[in-house]
Amino acid sequence: MSDERAVDGHVIDEQARDPFARLRQFTRARIGLGRTGDALPTKELLNFQAAASQARDAVHAALDIDVLRKALMPRKCIEVGSRATNRQSYLLRPDWGRELGAGEDALDAARGEYDLAFVIADGLSARAAMNHSVAMLDACTARLSDWSMAPIVLATQARVGLGDAIAQRLGARMVAVLIGERPGLSVADSLGVYLTWAPQPGQADSLRNCISNIHTDGLSYERAATLLAWLVHEARQRKLTGTALKPDLSSQAGISDEHSSRLEENT
Amino acid sequence: MAYTAAVGSTHYRFEDLRALMACASPRRSGDELAGLAATNEEERVAARFALADLPLKTFLEQALVPYEEDEVTRLIVDTHDATAFAAVAHLTVGEFRDWLLSYEADAATLGALAPGLTPEMVAAVSKLMRNSDLIAVAAKCRVVTAFRSTIGLPGTLASRLQPNHPTDDPAGIAAAVLDGLLFGMGDAVIGINPAGDSLSDCITLLKLLDDLRQRFDIPMQSCVLSHVTTSVQAIERGAPLDLVFQSVAGTEGANTGFGVNLSLLREAHDAVRSLKRGTVGQHAIYFETGQGSALSAGQHHGVDQQTLEVRAYAVARAFDPLLVNTVVGFIGPEYLYDAKQIIRAGLEDHCCGKLLGLPMGVDVCYTNHAEADQDDMDVLMHLLANAGVNFLIAVPGADDVMLNYQSLSFHDVLGLRHARGLKPAPEFERWLAQMGMLDGEGRLPPPQTGGAPLRRLLGAPT
Repeated sequence: MSDERAVDGHVIDEQARDPFARLRQFTRARIGLGRTGDALPTKELLNFQAAASQARDAVHAALDIDVLRKALMPRKCIEVGSRATNRQSYLLRPDWGRELGAGEDALDAARGEYDLAFVIADGLSARAAMNHSVAMLDACTARLSDWSMAPIVLATQARVGLGDAIAQRLGARMVAVLIGERPGLSVADSLGVYLTWAPQPGQADSLRNCISNIHTDGLSYERAATLLAWLVHEARQRKLTGTALKPDLSSQAGISDEHSSRLEENT
Repeated sequence: MAYTAAVGSTHYRFEDLRALMACASPRRSGDELAGLAATNEEERVAARFALADLPLKTFLEQALVPYEEDEVTRLIVDTHDATAFAAVAHLTVGEFRDWLLSYEADAATLGALAPGLTPEMVAAVSKLMRNSDLIAVAAKCRVVTAFRSTIGLPGTLASRLQPNHPTDDPAGIAAAVLDGLLFGMGDAVIGINPAGDSLSDCITLLKLLDDLRQRFDIPMQSCVLSHVTTSVQAIERGAPLDLVFQSVAGTEGANTGFGVNLSLLREAHDAVRSLKRGTVGQHAIYFETGQGSALSAGQHHGVDQQTLEVRAYAVARAFDPLLVNTVVGFIGPEYLYDAKQIIRAGLEDHCCGKLLGLPMGVDVCYTNHAEADQDDMDVLMHLLANAGVNFLIAVPGADDVMLNYQSLSFHDVLGLRHARGLKPAPEFERWLAQMGMLDGEGRLPPPQTGGAPLRRLLGAPT
């Protein structure tokens, strides 16, 4: 058969050693894992469990507030909690994750006239917030130096919607929630940013813009911050966020908005 | 009308049929989130006593979701086959369970009954069934569909090869397809969840899969799981589209959230049927469903999530689908909290869909924020094989790198076939044999290094 014609010896060697060598460059999918009988070889079995363990641990990790406060100094921080008081109730009651349960007094005390409030939230991966939120925040504030910013809010057991209640108490016209995204096996510390104009509790998710997939192998802080700065300016000018801002988003930033479609878990 | 029952000395009252159904449902987080679930275990059993005594025909007289407000209810009521229903019209829900488990209810009887059943009747009886009952009844149902392969024949287990890629990279998708073909996957469908939903993305991927099919002469069908309106546009552009895909739910409002209604689905069904691309059959729709979708859209009408899921199957059966897949563990822990709830829901969905005459498959899966792991998926896949599931989802190494959740691996589904003596779809099995991938006993052993199948499939340019 024509397929079985002799080919260059070098190619045969490489194909023999790892028939998938050529294909792995195209995907992070777990292809060509090999078989022992019908099952995974031990090494691949354990590789899978290692990735799964990191994802599980990321879901159940907690924000280290002291570390974040120190990293953000000298900026002022306010600590709040949602109505969900532990991870189990957080996972079972998404609605509680959108309601304030602690820290209202501190928010009231800081009430003012702000253009923008930043919230750092654990979401479904506190590890993402710990690893990326401060650097992401620095990159954003560098691009928004002439804006009046509310004190930074550190929110635990928080869904995206908690940012609405926070912004309302603070008197902020816009809120950007930096939140840990649901961990997958390839990335356990991916950060998302949700921007909402005129936030109020019960806000429809279609009225938010999302920048997703911010992590070491994903979207860089610089690109994400450029994108956010553009969104923030547009939002102020057009007095809206959400799907109406989307079409321009791709062309402006040279980035597809495909990532925004599958992150409902956090909201 | 209210329903009452007593357990021991405690009397329970259920305000209406919706409350009775919700309280009788096995415990799950979604019904608790909606505030519909029984408040304790005794109340749950009391609801089951009351439900068991309810005449089946009650569901023809009382709509759980109002007829005037909901086109899914209208579809259910207007297409009900009273003649087929006559066989069980005299039974209560409890007697119906007993009848379903009796020897009298065989494949032919159940097949003839299907058009006479409404989703509410099927949901109700499932609430009185243990997991083992759900397996036994489903195993008696036989639903066979066909396009280029025949799915659901006795002694077979098909699979959807799911080669997703985070940026729809054609070479990356092709790599995952080739890996899956070497495990004998893809006989139900090779189906891509696209990262983007643009028409051009969709057409690019359709061409990629159709080229692969033709290059290797595979008796398979492909699908790009874009929105139904995108698929219709692709058909209009002359793209090589085999199956139209759509997610559907059990209420009109939830379907609106998906951007669909019955009239759009009819249009798509007509468009795809007109292509006549099937060779051994013309079932050309692929539906996905999942418990919790209506609540998630805020469109549940105070009805429990399992009943609404079965109503989604009433939508599906109006369009003669090739495949219906319940994405059981994908929706998250606020609807199905842990492996116990996921396993139960998977068995319910499969059994209820089969009773309504649908070609049911299951995505045996979980997200990382649910209390479940791969050991639990092993349990569910074996239970579903016992229940005679038509097909299972399979992804490389059980890890979907685009949707970020875990399903079954190619290894899992192949191992399950071998453990239970199940075969791929016959047309596909013949192709595997022609490719030199099967041994003398019809099994698919690990490919030999430098062997013909590896060189044929992987030697091809991607």
